[in-house]
Amino acid sequence: MSDLTHLTISQARAKLRAREITATEMTEAYLQAIERANPALNAYVVVTDDKARDMAKASDAKLAKGEGGSLEGIPLGIKDLFGTEGIHTQACSHVLDGFKPHYESTVTANLWADGAVMLGKLNMDEFAMGSSNESSYYGPVVNPWRRSRVDTMVMPTTHQGDGGFVSAGGTRTARTLDNARLVPGGSSGGSASAVSAFLCAGATATDTGGSIRQPAAFTGTVGIKPTYGRCSRWGIVAFASSLDQAGPIARDVRDAAILLKSMASVDPKDTTSVDRPVPDYEAAIGKPIKGMKVGIPREYRVDGMPDEIEALWQKGIAWLKDAGAEIVDISLPHTKYALPAYYIVAPAEASSNLARYDGVRYGLRVPGKDIVDMYEKTRAAGFGREVKRRIMIGTYVLSAGYYDAYYLQAQKVRNLIKRDFETAFTAGVDVILTPATPSAAFGIADEDMAADPVKMYLNDIFTVTVNMAGLPGIAVPAGLDAKGLPLGLQLIGRPFDEETLFQTAHVIEQAAGTFQPEKWW
Amino acid sequence: MSVDLQTVKRVARLARIAVSEADAERMTGELNAILGFVEQLNEVDVAGVEPMTSVIPMEMKKRPDVVTDGSKAADIVANAPATEENFFLVPKVVE
Repeated sequence: MSDLTHLTISQARAKLRAREITATEMTEAYLQAIERANPALNAYVVVTDDKARDMAKASDAKLAKGEGGSLEGIPLGIKDLFGTEGIHTQACSHVLDGFKPHYESTVTANLWADGAVMLGKLNMDEFAMGSSNESSYYGPVVNPWRRSRVDTMVMPTTHQGDGGFVSAGGTRTARTLDNARLVPGGSSGGSASAVSAFLCAGATATDTGGSIRQPAAFTGTVGIKPTYGRCSRWGIVAFASSLDQAGPIARDVRDAAILLKSMASVDPKDTTSVDRPVPDYEAAIGKPIKGMKVGIPREYRVDGMPDEIEALWQKGIAWLKDAGAEIVDISLPHTKYALPAYYIVAPAEASSNLARYDGVRYGLRVPGKDIVDMYEKTRAAGFGREVKRRIMIGTYVLSAGYYDAYYLQAQKVRNLIKRDFETAFTAGVDVILTPATPSAAFGIADEDMAADPVKMYLNDIFTVTVNMAGLPGIAVPAGLDAKGLPLGLQLIGRPFDEETLFQTAHVIEQAAGTFQPEKWW
Repeated sequence: MSVDLQTVKRVARLARIAVSEADAERMTGELNAILGFVEQLNEVDVAGVEPMTSVIPMEMKKRPDVVTDGSKAADIVANAPATEENFFLVPKVVE
């Protein structure tokens, strides 16, 4: 059964339609895998086994009649940020204790309409605020990848009897897995960990500053944040409304294309949903990139960036060049201001969005001596440290007398960041190639990160520009570092040109291969 | 710009988050680290630059002014900590 969990969505889709396997078998295989792995990885906060079995059964009935949607019978994990009717939806926050919405988010409704099966809700940083999945009320998620130590032994020239070991006096290497637990990145850490560890065929995720692409890079998976307005935000718990976008995390580029096709739609319930038909993203895969202009932004070569990241970037450039692309150096001069502008815009919008958690309409209520005392105690007990920190920053920058100096200034800088990209695209650049993250996955409870919030924020240095400009960005695995951890590259495209991202990411995937963690859980 | 302990307490009050003396002191340091980090935005020349309002130029969608949803009071109060006859219950606010 276990090999059923190793099928990609495109492989499973073919076998399900050919009736070689059933949705029920596949769902049972995943439920078993989750039961075994979740105590070690903590990727799921809720497993909806009964619902999964019912949905799989319904899919099998459709498939038997030769019917069914594009994801019929495919088992998926759903980030806890998506509203799912009658099912735990708490953004992994204590303040939403017990919340079960009476509605379904548009993105998940689209997936179920196409026949997907829900396995459960996935862990995440509280309200999607974090880059390590350590701010979840349900505890940290563990990355299925571990560092490994490579021991090289010099072998003497010996002959040991029949069937024995024969050495020519060379060296032998042995890889030993290190026990240290690593973060899967965040905020979509549960999604990335579950996809990488074969605990779902694919997962929904969201990205406000890098929350799809950074965890994808840390786990050797593919994650795409589409253009702002491509996926409806209706029914998704809001963090920073002008930046939030949903997208998939998948095991390969084709699976990401299949999932995004289903998740994306034009939705009258979201006024920022853009009125454009959703193309068939899968059709872009395999198209040659000969003659395509790939921009390499010099500002992404940051101080202190490890040599391995630079080497990975150069490898990516070489692969695209070999495939016939034209490589051009470009400049995005306002890059360094994206992260500071983000840490004004995102907290400001969050402080406003999170004002609704007051102990009155849903979730936690801590009694107080009057209504204000009740609000203050509820919010003090319900929000974690990182969330409080961001609400405080947001409240401060929006408070009387500071709005112009902070929020307005940041929104103007944001326009300059967007213009930088527009200038590059106007000059004929089709796609931009950058590293996805400035490092590989780091340890859980990393002391440097805990001591300095800004250090944690720097994880998003390459991804956050894309949210600020509203552009689509994809993270695709491109290799392993010296310790055996996955590293990713990022491709940034023109607004609504996700097709070029899939097309180009597939070229990288063909050259780099795909990566799976060694199973220890 | 930096914040002092009094400002942190005032902001916590505005944000309706109860903070202890120790919380407020810790937050003062953390907030100043973040405010120090964002200060570099002041060096950007934004003369004549409009603040960004949308990612791609688009007109705000409008829908006909008709009732399309409603009559689900029970659904709306279903997740509330305290309700009575489809009303939210809160501590007394008017004597």
